[in-house]
Amino acid sequence: MSIDTDTARKVAKLARIRVQEDALPALASEFSAILGFIEQLNEVDVEGVEPMTSVTPQRLKRRDDVVTDGDQQAAVLANAPDAREGFFAVPKVVE
Amino acid sequence: MSDLTKLTISAARDALRKGDLTSAELTAACLTEIDAADALNAFVHKTPEIAMEQAKAADARHGADAPSLNGIPLGIKDLFCTKGVASQAGSRILEGFKPEYESTVTTQLFDAGAVMLGKLNMDEFAMGSSNETSTYGDAVNPWKVDDRALTPGGSSGGSASAVAADLCLGATGTDTGGSIRQPAAFTGITGIKPTYGRVSRWGIVAFASSLDQAGPMTKDVRDAAIMLQAMCGHDPKDSTSADLAVPDFEAALTGDIRGKTIGIPKEYHMEGIPAEIEKLWADGTAMLKDAGAKIVDISLPHTKYALPAYYVIAPAEASSNLARYDGVRFGHRAKLDAGDGITEMYEKTRAEGFGHEVQRRVMIGTYVLSAGFYDAYYNRARKVRTLIKQDFENVFAQGVDAILTPATPSAAFGLGDMTDADPVQMYLNDVFTVTVNLAGLPGIAVPAGLDRQGLPLGLQLIGRPWEEADLLNTAYSLERAAGFVAKPAKWW
Repeated sequence: MSIDTDTARKVAKLARIRVQEDALPALASEFSAILGFIEQLNEVDVEGVEPMTSVTPQRLKRRDDVVTDGDQQAAVLANAPDAREGFFAVPKVVE
Repeated sequence: MSDLTKLTISAARDALRKGDLTSAELTAACLTEIDAADALNAFVHKTPEIAMEQAKAADARHGADAPSLNGIPLGIKDLFCTKGVASQAGSRILEGFKPEYESTVTTQLFDAGAVMLGKLNMDEFAMGSSNETSTYGDAVNPWKVDDRALTPGGSSGGSASAVAADLCLGATGTDTGGSIRQPAAFTGITGIKPTYGRVSRWGIVAFASSLDQAGPMTKDVRDAAIMLQAMCGHDPKDSTSADLAVPDFEAALTGDIRGKTIGIPKEYHMEGIPAEIEKLWADGTAMLKDAGAKIVDISLPHTKYALPAYYVIAPAEASSNLARYDGVRFGHRAKLDAGDGITEMYEKTRAEGFGHEVQRRVMIGTYVLSAGFYDAYYNRARKVRTLIKQDFENVFAQGVDAILTPATPSAAFGLGDMTDADPVQMYLNDVFTVTVNLAGLPGIAVPAGLDRQGLPLGLQLIGRPWEEADLLNTAYSLERAAGFVAKPAKWW
């Protein structure tokens, strides 16, 4: 399958990665090469095969629904690029 | 002094217990070697103060009942979160990030008395097979045959380089598609990826959560057994961590493999594999036969589809896992222009913070998960994964105890050699290792010989789920028969 620059632009947008307009053709051609490689999977007969959800058959454990942690505001914010008054600060989200 | 760093973990442990050596001496010797080895670019964050403090504490605990790794200096891959110490996963986007917590694996290693010398270079977010995608620059293989600088492999390239160059006694690695076993093979050391769920993933920066497993990279099989023992065990903080008892791996090393059945998969005879690697594989088969194992030809019919399935599943999981790098809670945030909103912040931050390979994989993952393509790519790949796992279940049901294959399709190549190649060419490095991750099995790479140029080559053994003890014993037998003792000549 061949990926065009419009599709590459759309994927970059979905992935929230800015890609300059002049870099899109090269990116599209890399995607095409990788997807071409992946298309081999179409040769496999997967009729009736369950898609794998867990590589080791196990039930996920449940824990008691109790608070086990907390009061870590300073630690949580310690690595933030911009933290103010106990919050993460970001550019304006709502107009 | 510097000969101390050449010790294996087991030899150092015995000398420390006897009192012939202190951890402070051993640790200081490693720190000296590390400072003289900047040309290898293996250690990217050195922690000499922490190391000497841990060494002194280990010496104070000295005695017969000291824990299993008491006073043993190790290197830690940059993918592991270490409290108060830079943990960047080889990425610019985590520049300045110092975790407020300690990963389960490093916690367990420290509880076992280990000393941390520093953090080790790696491919960015463990995505790569040559350590060339790192924000720290390339790690370099201590093995050299001409003027070229060679790759130590990847993604655990810094770990492999550091252990092979005797900068530390052992190192942690992680393996999503071959990232412990391929670099181990490229540098003439031992590396084991345990069964999925054996080692807690808590506090390890996630790449592809259904494939990622941590494991040790060491100078021999005994050291791998000792170090793996300390890393394993159930962890309530990782919901996929197995609640199973951990056997005594070192005690399993008898070297007796009489009566074991070793499978040789015909699909691993691939086109374009050098004759030397085919020969190494045949030699390894003969060694196991001589040791009393029964050799059988087996078929793993879906082998060919493992890499394409991997290059759907791993990028899909990565695109989801790496969504957290958004410039809000930790790491890098791009400088914004007037009027930029939150979307511009995300897009600019991720464009600046992620390198090219990571961007490419996140976008491929986004594509295969997007509406209209999810079934055609992602669900199909997960079905093929089921078939790959069934291939292994079938041969194990036929009585096969372990499977012998080459570890890599070539010896270490030159840094920069693959720059102009199609990305798929680089992916082929993992052709023999990636099936093991997809099936969740334990796999170990053992150095088994040198190629014509004098570079190390490794063989891989694949075991039954949860039977690392048996796998390590088979590897131990192979190690003894192969008698690999070559070391890189020091040039750094």
